[in-house]
Amino acid sequence: MSSEIPEPVLPVSPMPHAPRPKSLGLHKGEPAPGVAKVDPIIIADGITRTFGGLTAVNVDQLEIPRNAITALIGPNGAGKTTLFNLLTGFDKPDTGSWTFDGKSLSKVPAYRVARMGQVRTFQLTKALGLLTVLENMKLGAKGQTGEHFFQGLFPGIWRKQEKEIEQKAMDLLVKFKLDAKKDDFAASLSGGQRKLLEMARALMSDPVLVMLDEPMAGVNPALTQSLLDKILDLKDEGMTVLFVEHDMHMVRHIADWVIVMAEGQVVAEGPPLEVMQNPAVIDAYLGAHQEIDLGELTGRYTPEGKI
Amino acid sequence: MDFAQILSNSVAFIIAPATIAYALAAIGLSVQFGYAGLLNMGIAAYMAIGAYGYAISTLTFGLPWWGGVLVGIVGSVIFSLILGIPTLRLRGDYLAIVTIAAAEVLRLLFLTATFDEITGSADGLSGYHESFRGANPFPEGTYGFGPFTMSANGAWVTTFGVILVAVSLLVVWALMRSPWGRVLKGIREDEDAVRALGKNVFSFKLQALVLGGVFGALGGVVYALPSSVNPGSYVTSLTFFVYTALLLGGAATVFGPVLGSVLFWVLQTFLGNVLPGLASSGILPISSSQASTLRFILVGVALMLIVIFRPQGILGNKKELTFVK
Repeated sequence: MSSEIPEPVLPVSPMPHAPRPKSLGLHKGEPAPGVAKVDPIIIADGITRTFGGLTAVNVDQLEIPRNAITALIGPNGAGKTTLFNLLTGFDKPDTGSWTFDGKSLSKVPAYRVARMGQVRTFQLTKALGLLTVLENMKLGAKGQTGEHFFQGLFPGIWRKQEKEIEQKAMDLLVKFKLDAKKDDFAASLSGGQRKLLEMARALMSDPVLVMLDEPMAGVNPALTQSLLDKILDLKDEGMTVLFVEHDMHMVRHIADWVIVMAEGQVVAEGPPLEVMQNPAVIDAYLGAHQEIDLGELTGRYTPEGKI
Repeated sequence: MDFAQILSNSVAFIIAPATIAYALAAIGLSVQFGYAGLLNMGIAAYMAIGAYGYAISTLTFGLPWWGGVLVGIVGSVIFSLILGIPTLRLRGDYLAIVTIAAAEVLRLLFLTATFDEITGSADGLSGYHESFRGANPFPEGTYGFGPFTMSANGAWVTTFGVILVAVSLLVVWALMRSPWGRVLKGIREDEDAVRALGKNVFSFKLQALVLGGVFGALGGVVYALPSSVNPGSYVTSLTFFVYTALLLGGAATVFGPVLGSVLFWVLQTFLGNVLPGLASSGILPISSSQASTLRFILVGVALMLIVIFRPQGILGNKKELTFVK
């Protein structure tokens, strides 16, 4: 009977890529929570953040490997977004210190963190609605002379830089397939397009580390594929990526390293396939049934094909 | 009821000093509220600082008129810093609460009898015209035509005011097409997103508050130039009138504040003349003093209608209305 179930059709990429191998050997010694990395870009020590009686984040030791794609996973309320906010200066920890590229980030305000090359996106997309798509992009560029009050008054001073920024913005918009929308208000974009815009805008600043908070949430499958490609491209261009995501399929395929959080703590880390076999991770997050089709769990569908 | 006279009175307000003062204050608000999203509910205080700064420094300290204008400007900058440094780190609505309170504190300080010698308390200040009128390039005589006929002093105040408006418009226009203005508009939309892109949001907001405040103070100076400084003018309802003018013209537009102020004052004058006229000729079943209050009720209704049905104002971009934030 089972032969009647059609084989799943694998999506065929229109342009088969050259294989993009995962980065291996990122860590020193056995993978365990807080394991040291060969070349860490972020090192965090003893970070805690409490909201009233709730300890949202309590991370003893955490290192993010450079030029790799690291996924941060964990159940809802595990403290992933809070950790994101702490690392980017949008929130202040109660205790702890952390460095980015060897420079301490304690008490550094968010905008300086961004200028150092660590840009982030938000779980709830923050497209600047009443600015056009192109203006959104141009805002992302760093070190603009025209953003100073008195220089801004005289276009002669900033026009040349503005042209370069516009060119760069257009190149990125073409890459993210938003070039046709460049003069539309960002508010008119769909949710998925806003995700794309936010990511493209973050890239305008030539970041070293890109932190994406649920980049795939609410994005349709076809768009997911192209977003995944974009994320892999970032790594090829020498950037480091840290992302929060619930889609395990995506985590498994694009992450080089996975950090699992639960109840504010790092409970496991390691290469994706190994981490997903970890009983603690299955307990805390994945659940025992991750390999079983949802239909069998809910009784809507049986392996015999009966509906 | 002399309809031609009423029309002439109303039209005269197109370039009246009060209109120019409102236009300057509204330009200041457009920078603060329209472009940067700062809900400054204390624009009346900025105007008071301009007016009192000008009058006090001329009367008490004997400064020339331009010195008085400078004192007004510096005073507004200090006020912005005092207001902004503690509050701009907070969410936008807190700024509204703080500015409205600060405006009241300032007004009561100007009103209290304790400083009577300097501020004139409830009587206000007057008789500070010598220096400004001494600098009048217009010889004695009457200027203008039809409803716009004015004395040499009136012509000088109007010319000075129009020049201030023109320069302010030029500055706002130049800034808002620059990357500086782009950051400001970004902050209005979502300051966290702009912060994540490496912009010092606090500094930009403070710059916008200071710039807008300077325009507000200049508005106050022009308000005081023709006659006197009266503490009863700088009440909270002045703030709401300036907001009405701003929203009428378009908060995030360069010329909106000017258009809004002109329409506001022309309509105000028109209604202020017509309604009592209608009442005294028995068409409206109310007394004529009730009728002149009626126009303020109409201002309130107009403000509500604008915000509900045309939040982008007359000159605002139509597309902006299509999206609800």
